Amino acid sequence: MLYINCPHCGLRSQNEFAYGGDATVKRPELNKEISDQEWDNFVYLRKSPRGKHLELWHHISGCRQWIKVERDTSTHEIFKTYTANEAIE
Amino acid sequence: MSQDFRLDNVGMVNREKKISFKFNGKKYFGFEGDTIASALIANGVHLVGRSFKYHRPRGFFGVGVDEPYAILQLDRNNERDPNIRATEQEIFEGLEVKSVNCWPSVNFDIGAINNFLKMFFPAGFYYKTFMWPPSFWYKIYEPFIRMAAGFGEASIKHDKERYEHKYEYCDLLITGSGPSGLASAYAAAKNGARVILAEDKPRFGGSLLTSDVNIGNQTGVEWTEKIIAELKSMPNVTVKNRSQVFGYYDHNMLVMSERISDHLPRTQKYLPKQRLWYIRANEVLISSGSIERPLVFGNNDTPGVMLSSAAKEYMKVYGVLVGKKPLIFTNNDSGYETAIEFKNNGVNPIILDTRINPSSDIITEAKNLNIEIKFSYVVVAAKGYKKVKSADIAKISDDKKELFNIENIECDCICVSGFWTPSIHLASQSGNKSKFNEKIDAFVPDKSKQQENTIGSANGIFTLEETIKDAFDKGFDVSNKITEKNNKISVPTVVEKKSTDHDKFWCVPLPKGKSYKRFLDFQNDVAVSDIELALREGFRSIEHVKRYTTLGMATDQGKTSNLNGLQLVSDIENKVVPQVGHTTFRPPYTPVSIGAIVGREVGKHSKPTRKSPMHSWHEKNNAVFVDAGVWLRPRYYKQGNEGLFEASKREAKNVRQNVGVCDVTTLGKIDIKGPDAAEFLNRVYTNAWLKLPVGKARYGVMLREDGIVMDDGTTTRISENHYHMTTTTAQAANVLSHLEYYLQLVWPELNVNVVSTTEQWAGAAIAGPNSRKLLMRLFPNLDVSNEGLPFMGYKESDLFGVSAKIYRISFSGELAYEINVESDNGYFMWEKIMEVGKEFQIQPYGTEALSTLRIEMGHVAGSELDGRTIPYDASLEGLVSKKKDFIGKRSLNRSAFTTTDREKLVGVVPIDKTTSIPEGSYIVKDPKAKLPNPKLGHVSASCWSVEYDNPFSLAIIKDGKNMIGQKLFAMSPLKNKTIPVEIVSSHYVDPEGKRVRS
Ligand SMILES: [Zn+2]
Repeated sequence: MLYINCPHCGLRSQNEFAYGGDATVKRPELNKEISDQEWDNFVYLRKSPRGKHLELWHHISGCRQWIKVERDTSTHEIFKTYTANEAIE
Repeated sequence: MSQDFRLDNVGMVNREKKISFKFNGKKYFGFEGDTIASALIANGVHLVGRSFKYHRPRGFFGVGVDEPYAILQLDRNNERDPNIRATEQEIFEGLEVKSVNCWPSVNFDIGAINNFLKMFFPAGFYYKTFMWPPSFWYKIYEPFIRMAAGFGEASIKHDKERYEHKYEYCDLLITGSGPSGLASAYAAAKNGARVILAEDKPRFGGSLLTSDVNIGNQTGVEWTEKIIAELKSMPNVTVKNRSQVFGYYDHNMLVMSERISDHLPRTQKYLPKQRLWYIRANEVLISSGSIERPLVFGNNDTPGVMLSSAAKEYMKVYGVLVGKKPLIFTNNDSGYETAIEFKNNGVNPIILDTRINPSSDIITEAKNLNIEIKFSYVVVAAKGYKKVKSADIAKISDDKKELFNIENIECDCICVSGFWTPSIHLASQSGNKSKFNEKIDAFVPDKSKQQENTIGSANGIFTLEETIKDAFDKGFDVSNKITEKNNKISVPTVVEKKSTDHDKFWCVPLPKGKSYKRFLDFQNDVAVSDIELALREGFRSIEHVKRYTTLGMATDQGKTSNLNGLQLVSDIENKVVPQVGHTTFRPPYTPVSIGAIVGREVGKHSKPTRKSPMHSWHEKNNAVFVDAGVWLRPRYYKQGNEGLFEASKREAKNVRQNVGVCDVTTLGKIDIKGPDAAEFLNRVYTNAWLKLPVGKARYGVMLREDGIVMDDGTTTRISENHYHMTTTTAQAANVLSHLEYYLQLVWPELNVNVVSTTEQWAGAAIAGPNSRKLLMRLFPNLDVSNEGLPFMGYKESDLFGVSAKIYRISFSGELAYEINVESDNGYFMWEKIMEVGKEFQIQPYGTEALSTLRIEMGHVAGSELDGRTIPYDASLEGLVSKKKDFIGKRSLNRSAFTTTDREKLVGVVPIDKTTSIPEGSYIVKDPKAKLPNPKLGHVSASCWSVEYDNPFSLAIIKDGKNMIGQKLFAMSPLKNKTIPVEIVSSHYVDPEGKRVRS
């Protein structure tokens, strides 16, 4: 079981969190004219790399904050965790 | 029966307490502290089971977790525990165990015929034998395999035992209380670390219990007792026996299984049977020790052939002789220690040593005791069927290829020692890639992957002096990283006998003209010939060889067989062992009972049960409950002999004619506050929200980004910057996460906060033509006229002294209101409604009547909003704004979502007006069409319309808009029904919606 350092609460066990997928996806702005391709990429395309990946986790049984976790998907090593809107290094 | 093999005054069992137990129905005696194995051996019993494949007789091979043979089944008071290792299970008064893998009995086993048919059971026999014809699988092969396989039968009854889970944190977890575990625990504890020391056996000390050594002027046993007593007295130390750390998981989480009362007669009702510990450790020291390796020779699976270290432990710990004419077969000095122990107990052993002419302190001591030693000698084959009776022995050439002077000598046990294999399982599970140590012919852990270090013989260190010194250092180092106390204690002096090198020899060649089975894996009956065959057939990868032959795949996970198997593959392939590599070790290290894994989360405790504040009222009034997610909701209130159908019909009819009240506490409620709340709602919902006035509610639909409807519900503007959102019961948690996602990640610039208030409010829906009259009596000071509180209006008032919120909203399609009070006042509210409502013929109604009311009104719910429908499909397109943008809007332009013949919500009525249409039925044009019959859509919800007194259903069908008036068929292959139907509008009752506005 992973041990995730919530930037708001500290080290907590994985079972307090819900996985939220690829954190590098950016929603297109409202009212913006965009192509079908662009929209489809946003709705359906997600990165799933082997290795370092920036992911969303939701601390549902804790502070209810969405956080970003930089994790190695093959070794489960967690390098850094960020608040929702922190700049990613 | 007398204990003929019990030594006087030797061992650690409690001679004061005699214990009786039953094995295969026969009564035996042992002493407190005995295992089943030691007690049976004391009684001269060595035949305990039959082997997995050939059903050959099985005895005892080891003395602990490595035991491959003595797997028994424990039966007690209708309880059944399969897969019990006789070497681990302690006896208690009344214990009953029996053999597995044998029928009709262990002494006469019909399956043993497999032994004589063994040419038909080669490596991979499952793959070869049971292939063709395919039709034989279910009727012949599978039942045969099921009958023949397995180590016991699981019970199909509910397990009444209590199992617990515990979560623990520590600075340092140490997995084993042998010399390295004790030394490191002591050093770390003295340096202020929070330490957990786990020992899988009942007694602490590991090899110190049986070795003739001296630490700090004390015997190994004395030193162990002193250290354990001191550790137990320290507040920063937890010491646990009968506790096996079996799994090493991510981020330094380890799981330990504690056997709390497996060794006790079950008299203490609330004492758990086992406890599973989830331990998050800053640092781990793996001190799991090592397991003696077998030597491989003919019929080396005969009962009476066992590990020499096991024979020694049976003597020293249990005071039990495994035989009175022992033959010791060894390639190293360990066998001599066992021989000396036999000699000290008045038994004359013979040592066969494969080495040419070794010399060491221990060998000299054995010689001085006049023990007969034959160098360059091997056991060719054990003789005897149910127990060793003699052995063919021979002199072996210096190159270990030729046998000379084969002779038969009498013996009643053969104690083998092929040197030691470090238990690297936990290190391997942690991700540590092991490396091969040529000096000991075994794998040891390599670089640490997590926060773990391996110490003592688990790390390939086999001298006590080195072990103790290294463990004291490691215990200090890892603890000091955490505590920084620099409190280092001095290492005690160690006295031990010096050993000399072992011989790399491990497998005795077959004499000319003989074809003895030489076993590698004792639990799965894998012999040398099976591995040879697998390699001849082209298997190369050790992982493939393992699966093809089943080497190392049994419940003992190859603890005694792995290395010899690798050795054989490397010999045949002319490789060295590290090139062959080893198979992956996975948790659990030892079998864990399913009960322990599940813990207390069984039956009603497997998930929480949510109840509304009015639950006890419903119970008192004959409510029949239904699960709604984790909520319990009244489905209907039973009167007299009513069933579901009659009761729900009565309740729904009363709503249409008088007034009904329904507990709607379970609806999701979310409080939304902030200056940007209106803007946020405008982005979340498909319809417009910017102009909703204070004191008004609005129905809204929200989509996922892919355009699919996510949820619906009403949201009310309580004040300028404060909204109250309701969601469906099922989607409440998802909607909250959805809102938080957008507020925290997508639009953090919006100044809005959301919080769930589902449990803060108790809700009652009052519906029916009499509901206004009832409301006037409940809130005499409130203007509840159609002008004062219009449809979708909101008011706050006082209900007999408690503050209440009144929403004029309707799910039933009738004139209706929803009253919310703080949860603590929910029961009071409900009683008042029932009391005052009496004169208006009020009746409570459950979810079944609620469904009926919404279905005949054509209101959609979860069965229509099923994760596949867009607003158009559910006839919600009128709520989709053309002007503004919102979540999921862009997806509605996708070509598949804009076709005009999409499936759409309609009503369905059976032509005969009597046959109910099963939910899930397909709507088809021609019931006799060739299969597959093209489906127009499906029936999503069905009810008995109380308005028209005939069945009515909702369906979502292709081009639904243009199908109204058509005569089609509803087909339910499951119920074997074909029903002629007419498609009608989904708004079956009050299509203009006059009642809700009346
Ligand atoms: Zn948190």
